[in-house]
Amino acid sequence: MAAVAVSVAGLLTLSACGGGDKQESGGGQAAKKVEVFSWWTGPGEADGLKAMRGIFAKQNPNFEFFDAAVAGGSGDQARALLSSKLQANQPPDTFQGHAGAELQGYIKSGKLESLNFLYDELKLKEVFPQQLIDQISVQGQVYSVPVNIHRSNVLWFNPSVLKKAGIDGAPKTVEEFITDLDKVKKSGKIPLSIGSQWTLVHLLESVLLGSLGTDAYNALWTANADWSNANVTKALENFKTILSYAGSPQDDWQPAAKQVADGEAAFNIMGDWAYGYFHNPPEGGLGKESHKDFDWAASPGTDGTFMWLSDSFTLPKGAPNRDGAIAWLKVAASKEGQDAFNPLKGSIPARKDADQSLYKDYLSWDLEQWSSDKLAGSIQHGVVANDQWRQAITDAVGLFQQDKDVAKFQQALVAAAKNSGQ
Amino acid sequence: MTRVRRWLPGLLLVSPSIILIAVFVYGLLGWNFKLAMTDKHDEIAEIPGNFVGLENFTGIWSEERWGLSVRHAIVFTVVFVGGALVLGWLLAFLMEKGIRAESGFRAVYLFPMAVSFIATGVVWRWLMNSATGEQAVGLNRLFHYAGLDFLQWQWFRDPDWGMAAMAIPAIWQMSGYIMALFLAGFRGVPEELREAARVDGCSEWGVYRHVVLPMLRPVTLSALIILGHISLKVFDLVVAVSGKQIITDVPATFMWTAVYDSHDPAKGATIASYIVLSVAVFVVPYLIWDARKGKRS
Repeated sequence: MAAVAVSVAGLLTLSACGGGDKQESGGGQAAKKVEVFSWWTGPGEADGLKAMRGIFAKQNPNFEFFDAAVAGGSGDQARALLSSKLQANQPPDTFQGHAGAELQGYIKSGKLESLNFLYDELKLKEVFPQQLIDQISVQGQVYSVPVNIHRSNVLWFNPSVLKKAGIDGAPKTVEEFITDLDKVKKSGKIPLSIGSQWTLVHLLESVLLGSLGTDAYNALWTANADWSNANVTKALENFKTILSYAGSPQDDWQPAAKQVADGEAAFNIMGDWAYGYFHNPPEGGLGKESHKDFDWAASPGTDGTFMWLSDSFTLPKGAPNRDGAIAWLKVAASKEGQDAFNPLKGSIPARKDADQSLYKDYLSWDLEQWSSDKLAGSIQHGVVANDQWRQAITDAVGLFQQDKDVAKFQQALVAAAKNSGQ
Repeated sequence: MTRVRRWLPGLLLVSPSIILIAVFVYGLLGWNFKLAMTDKHDEIAEIPGNFVGLENFTGIWSEERWGLSVRHAIVFTVVFVGGALVLGWLLAFLMEKGIRAESGFRAVYLFPMAVSFIATGVVWRWLMNSATGEQAVGLNRLFHYAGLDFLQWQWFRDPDWGMAAMAIPAIWQMSGYIMALFLAGFRGVPEELREAARVDGCSEWGVYRHVVLPMLRPVTLSALIILGHISLKVFDLVVAVSGKQIITDVPATFMWTAVYDSHDPAKGATIASYIVLSVAVFVVPYLIWDARKGKRS
């Protein structure tokens, strides 16, 4: 009985929280509210959002920005709340989502408006890279405005640990990488640091790209993809070998990156948000010096390819304040907006005409690669696989981590591709 | 009129809770079972879902992850329930022997109850850090300092016994409560009965074996039910210690990823149904037994 009473109390508090949302969509006396739903609440990203918000306020005195941010890294909690709002047909005016396949569920069920009209009006197809437009289009329609670009395939390493192990420079290919991992192991350090389960999916996407090459990797996400061929087997064998050199799993990506910064581990493969963690002063980062305490390169075998992920904003059908949402999307798409947001967030603009002087150190390298590289989309960060598919891959990686059975792993990946409904 | 006056105020007093429980507990339970028997495998699309009977309930057993999470839940339950019962009983037994500053000790052992599973999990995640050797922190570090390096292990990341490690924080948290239950049970055994046994030539151990333990049976059963249903539903502790990783997957975390990451409401509802049924296996016999006993007395 006590348990029943407790669960009723729990439900009551839940429904009380739910009731609180209603006031958000009201308003509309003086300046009309624009509800912008995001998960940018952490240091850096919240500052970037604030800067864009400043520009929005200046350009649109008749609209009032309403920040509906929900805390939680990578938007787990935010997306749970968002999908319940969309199901109830009470969308925010605009919401953040990873550009690409992650939005497919919403697109298929008709929750999003096509933004082709906005792309035509602002001539956005000329300022975003053509490959990016191709990779986020669904049957010729674009449904989101990418604000920033992060890079997933970055190999972070500790130069002095490499030196001690007798390695000069970052490995260029997957084979070289494996040789180097072995050298580090013999020198007594952790060859590769890893974090919780999702960081392994992140590692897998870099290994797949590095082993298969860009075109074969991109083909995996098309309609007639062949996940069962021998090249994929080889790539998964590489993944297994690389994993055998991994240290004990850390709680998340930060402690894993810290092992590299502290000189306990040699290599770590993580997205470029790790740069801010390495480089920022000790309140939010480790205060390390780039090229000296830590260094980076394209992850092995992926030089010349930019594995990207992007945060973007959308226009839900039935947005209470559609004009306000479009005004926000215009700011998010503009050079001014992107150049205000990205240096603070630690990412680069999706636009090709960014002000290069704003992006220093790692970001200047990043920007240079973005304008010249071929593009491939990230798995873990919602570009190439929809949520169901990504979760099936995550499960397969989690099970593989325990039994290390490549054949079974590949079968699971084949089934995941077949059942994804993408 | 007088008869109405007799039962109406009472009914009015309890009716809000009856209505709330009917809607929010049994209504939603029913809705969940109904959802589990449909093919609504897409959360956002506005399809009502067709009735498919028990297809989801049988289909899920062919998923490797489900088998793993059930196995994990069983290991966790056995270690947690067994551990908390034995430790709680032992603590109560020592208390009952009349130690000095008993109330102080009682408070100390009960305090972990005041902590939420989330807070417990955050602390124990650090204590049970899996790094060994040079990088060891938490308990592994303690073993290192104590010269007990051979005791260092992977804790909850151990592929075979990880879930047993996961039960340790739960035992730490709940054994004080079980101690309080048993202590009340011990105190409920009349001193005259023990005296009588001793007069009849029973040894001290015999007094426990033949007099006290049989009288503790109802308490043990209550403790078993309380621990059992906590254990089968465990979610917060697992998430706080390791997040949504397969290595510590239990049905409740599987349900979470099915609903919020795979966007598959029918599958989530199926798992939720299995959790409810497994708890019912524990609770329903107890309720029946309790009702019969109530009738008898």
